[in-house]
Amino acid sequence: MIKKMRRVKINLKNIKDKIIVVIPAYNEEKSIGIVIDGLKKEGYKNIIVIDDGSKDKTFEIARSKDVYVFRHKLNRGLGGALGTAIEAANKMNAEIVVTFDADGQHIPTDVMRMAAPILKGEADAVIGSRLLDKNLVKGMPLVRRIGNFGFNLITFLLFGVKTTDSQSGLRAFSKKAARLIKIKTNRMEVSSEFIKEIGAHNLKLKEIAIKPVYTSYSLKKGQTNLNALKILAKLILKKLMR
Amino acid sequence: MFQTTSTLVFQILAILFAVFALSRVFLRFRDGEVSVKELAFWIIIWIGVIFVAVVPSITFTISNALGIERGVDLVIYVSIIVLFYLIFRVLVKLEMLEQEITKVVRKDAIEKGGKKKKQ
Repeated sequence: MIKKMRRVKINLKNIKDKIIVVIPAYNEEKSIGIVIDGLKKEGYKNIIVIDDGSKDKTFEIARSKDVYVFRHKLNRGLGGALGTAIEAANKMNAEIVVTFDADGQHIPTDVMRMAAPILKGEADAVIGSRLLDKNLVKGMPLVRRIGNFGFNLITFLLFGVKTTDSQSGLRAFSKKAARLIKIKTNRMEVSSEFIKEIGAHNLKLKEIAIKPVYTSYSLKKGQTNLNALKILAKLILKKLMR
Repeated sequence: MFQTTSTLVFQILAILFAVFALSRVFLRFRDGEVSVKELAFWIIIWIGVIFVAVVPSITFTISNALGIERGVDLVIYVSIIVLFYLIFRVLVKLEMLEQEITKVVRKDAIEKGGKKKKQ
């Protein structure tokens, strides 16, 4: 094991080849190209873009970038896109799957930081938390912080998993986790479903502090408070229906 | 059996509507769009409506037994419960449909997707 780890450490390029970065994208023509270029510059060759039935040029831009592109004929929502992304990554025999937002709020160098705990065998699932580092929290708008707190509380009450940022789009999964996790929800509730699945399969979860880039663009694309209420209602309904 | 003219009109309307609804159910069943189970469910519901419309006094008997003062109240309570249950069923069905659509869309995406071949 130790010997294997040492070899892995030396050959960083080799590791990056084992990581598949998946980007769900819906109408992200403004940022998708930049996001893909940023990841490529970091040395990631295995990039999957799921175009979730975009009405703009997202598909064409992704297609021109020499990455794997899968296109939904109909818009299915974030959950639908991530489900397809993980299935495609599993088919490509990914060692590590990293989900990455298309709006440009994540930093490409964080991908390696997300993968590290899995490579070390410390975790099966890693969530990039925007709220783990108190100093980093300052950059986050207050409404979002409050919203996030509510989500984390509900997530804990419903699924018994403690997180500081259950709605984060930056996640990493080991091969084992990626094969176990089954995504059923189509829309934004998917972030909570990941947590539920992590809890249900007893996967080791680790949170890594990440710094989001809040541009006016990524803020506009993110979750609104109304959206948050909808997700909450759905989560509770789902729990009751079981 | 029929108390006043106004209730008589309402009773007749209720019966007519129930008969109309029943005919729809039968037509849908004939076209194979409604299952035997659903057919049975709707027949019970609408026959029940006709029965209550013809013999409203039956609701007094039941409501008194349940401690509800007026028969009409009982009818409304039961209707609301049935409606809620039906909405719940529809919601579950809708969610299932959504998931089925996603499966089809996903299959199509996985089959056709991939890397663009270099020219």
